[in-house]
Amino acid sequence: MDMNEIKEIFFQECEEQLAELESGLLKLNDGDRDPETVNAVFRAVHSIKGGAGAFGLDDLVSFAHVFETTLDCVRSNKLEPTQDVLKVMLKSADVLADLVAASRDGGSVDETRTRGLVKELEALAHGDVPSPASHEAPKPAAKAPAAAPKAESPKPTDDSGFQPIPFTFDDFGSDEPAIEGSTYDIMFKPRRELYSKGNEAALLLRDLSRIGEMSINCDATALPALDKMDPEGSYFGWTISIKTAKSEDDLRAVFEFAEWDCDLEVKPSEAESSDEELPMIPVPFDLSALDDAPAVDDKAEETLAAAVAAAETASNVAKAAGAAARAEKKETAAAAAAQNNAAAAAAAAGQTIRVDLDRVDRLINLVGELVINQAMLSQSVVENDATGTSAVNIGLEELQQLTREIQDSVMAIRAQPVKPVFQRMSRIVREVADMVGKSIRLVTEGENTEVDKTVIDKIAEPLTHMIRNAVDHGIETPEKREAAGKDPEGTIKLTAKHRSGRILIELADDGGGINRERVKQKAIDNDLIAPDANLSDEEIDNLIFAPGFSTADTISDISGRGVGMDVVKRSIQALGGRISISSRPGLGSTFTMSLPLTLAVLDGMVVTVAGQTLVVPLTAIVETLQPEASAIHSFGATQRLISIRNSFCPLVDVGRILNFRSTQANPVEGVALLVESEGGGQRALMVDAIQGQRQVVIKSLEANYTHVPGIAAATILGDGRVALILDVDAVVAASRGQSLKAEMSLAATG
Amino acid sequence: MKKKVLTVDDSRTIRNMLLVTLNNAGFETIQAEDGVEGLEVLEGCNPDVIVTDINMPRLDGFGFIEGVRRNEKYRAVPILVLTTESDAEKKNRARQAGATGWIVKPFDPAKLIDAIERVTA
Repeated sequence: MDMNEIKEIFFQECEEQLAELESGLLKLNDGDRDPETVNAVFRAVHSIKGGAGAFGLDDLVSFAHVFETTLDCVRSNKLEPTQDVLKVMLKSADVLADLVAASRDGGSVDETRTRGLVKELEALAHGDVPSPASHEAPKPAAKAPAAAPKAESPKPTDDSGFQPIPFTFDDFGSDEPAIEGSTYDIMFKPRRELYSKGNEAALLLRDLSRIGEMSINCDATALPALDKMDPEGSYFGWTISIKTAKSEDDLRAVFEFAEWDCDLEVKPSEAESSDEELPMIPVPFDLSALDDAPAVDDKAEETLAAAVAAAETASNVAKAAGAAARAEKKETAAAAAAQNNAAAAAAAAGQTIRVDLDRVDRLINLVGELVINQAMLSQSVVENDATGTSAVNIGLEELQQLTREIQDSVMAIRAQPVKPVFQRMSRIVREVADMVGKSIRLVTEGENTEVDKTVIDKIAEPLTHMIRNAVDHGIETPEKREAAGKDPEGTIKLTAKHRSGRILIELADDGGGINRERVKQKAIDNDLIAPDANLSDEEIDNLIFAPGFSTADTISDISGRGVGMDVVKRSIQALGGRISISSRPGLGSTFTMSLPLTLAVLDGMVVTVAGQTLVVPLTAIVETLQPEASAIHSFGATQRLISIRNSFCPLVDVGRILNFRSTQANPVEGVALLVESEGGGQRALMVDAIQGQRQVVIKSLEANYTHVPGIAAATILGDGRVALILDVDAVVAASRGQSLKAEMSLAATG
Repeated sequence: MKKKVLTVDDSRTIRNMLLVTLNNAGFETIQAEDGVEGLEVLEGCNPDVIVTDINMPRLDGFGFIEGVRRNEKYRAVPILVLTTESDAEKKNRARQAGATGWIVKPFDPAKLIDAIERVTA
């Protein structure tokens, strides 16, 4: 491992600490007063500072130091963590995150903002309670604000006056014949505490001997008779005369760790040179004599044994047993629980390993191949008609079961909670709300819902965009809210939950809801719908996802950025997901995203369309039915509807949409798959026949070929053939496009 | 024989830096992530010196040092406190708990090795 790798680890760790910091601050914000929460927050900043110092990231250190100082005031109950205080802290956490990012990727941070926060933090640490407005406009720094934290940064010096003096042994052992310099007299008398803290007089004297030429005299007059002696007592003192080129401070530095626990006097020698060489007196301390001494009590014997680290004394038997138990603990966590509760907790907390993502992906690929292989094997068994043998049948079934379990387990390795993404959102809400002068609270729910890592990575961007939208357009200004009789503080609720093999992410705001009049007008202006189109409320709401639609009259800096909800929708779709909106005027809007838990496999229905084999994701299918001629109704020139339980549903000929054939198939000869599209509303997809239902491994078309409108991906079937996986939403959108506006082609929605 | 160092620090970054520095200097290194684990690992590893952080979850450095000093078998092991804390109060507490010496972070390898050499034979 080299420094670059450690630096990599440092940045990884920073991410974790920043997440810890933010979630801790948010907990405090919600009124949590658990000291451990404060401690965890403090530790997070502290750790970042520690690591940053080791890599010489000075900007990061200075800011973290100021932040830490203020947090320490909270920790020691000098500062009450009020909402206003926490507001400053949350913003500081954001700046800290920026500084970490800047240190990692280069780039710069908003220095005015950083300086402003440094001032606010320092003010807090000095007991100035912030006025709610103080953070709005950080006043221009009056006197070199950047220098302030610098001065306080943890250089190797401290208030106690301790100053580690770097000393090297470079000149020790060199063949300089004579030492230039002066002579000092040192009186050194350790107290027993010096020894009990693990210091050793002999080592101090050894270090001293390396600084200069010295003579030493041991004062052993205090040494009592052996039977009166406390084995842990301190009985010796030394007087030393040393001739050195180093200063008095250098000499004192030798006793840096010991100076509280000894009497020490260092002074320039009055008799400038004493040539008298005093030999070091051997310490009259014989361990074997002690062993034989009858008067020595058990405690003394034990202590000495410990000192020489002899493990065989009787008192150590219990400890050896403890050590053995510990070794056992490593093997079974259950045993640990019985042994020691605290140790069990430690084992539980430490039971994670870090694995390179590549290895997991390789495993997933292999399992994918295994699934295909297992399907091929099943198929060839069927083809060779070996199914009569029950042993083969049972074996195949078991193999299928096992494959499924292996697959689920492997997928679980990649599963991660959505928490980090949700946490990032709270920062975005804070920043954007600040920018537009709104007061908004983000409530998250189900943050521990797990989903494939790739999904998590890819969901962040569309979610960020939607959050920005919700803050900028969704929630009204406080004045408007008050006028409407609402809480001036808006609420955005972000929820994640599992539902039927998918993850559902909901983003709900309690804002004004969709202004349907305006949306419809905009859609007409932008030529998205015909002026006389008769649309349901739901259809109008979903217009905001149409390409090139933006309701903001002037594209704002916050949510605009030239991308609209169509981009959000497309990125969700690229993940095999769906997005829809429901809105109630005056009460707010809810966006619902439904995403697959994994991107590697899906349960599909294998169907035939115009001689081609296609796979339709099972999650999209509500039901399948064989249409009766009497249920089919023509509507206009090309549209047909199917009547299902007294309601009409548009029929979509998949073969026609995908251009597999130019004429419409006869619905009575095929099968209708009733699908629910993300915009709500059902469609009946016409296919020729259903071949069966199976789990398929998704192979990206984009990665291997190119994007094909209406097709989500490809897969390999049991017989080795390639089948395309239908993008149900794209097909439905294409058909809806037809019904809304005839020239809207598939390519435009793809 | 190689000298054995037990390092106790909750930061992966610092643990790794210690590991590299100590290994390069020819020490054998045993790691623990917090005070509780430190006391567990202590049994049976018989270190020549312990380097510990102060701010750690579950059991902080002060508690860990006290734990070592209460341990009949290992209470004489020198303990160096490795921490960014520079205020005198923290250092005092560490000393009262029984710390042998300290190294102020950011440590540089020479300073660390020097401190270890100073407290070990």
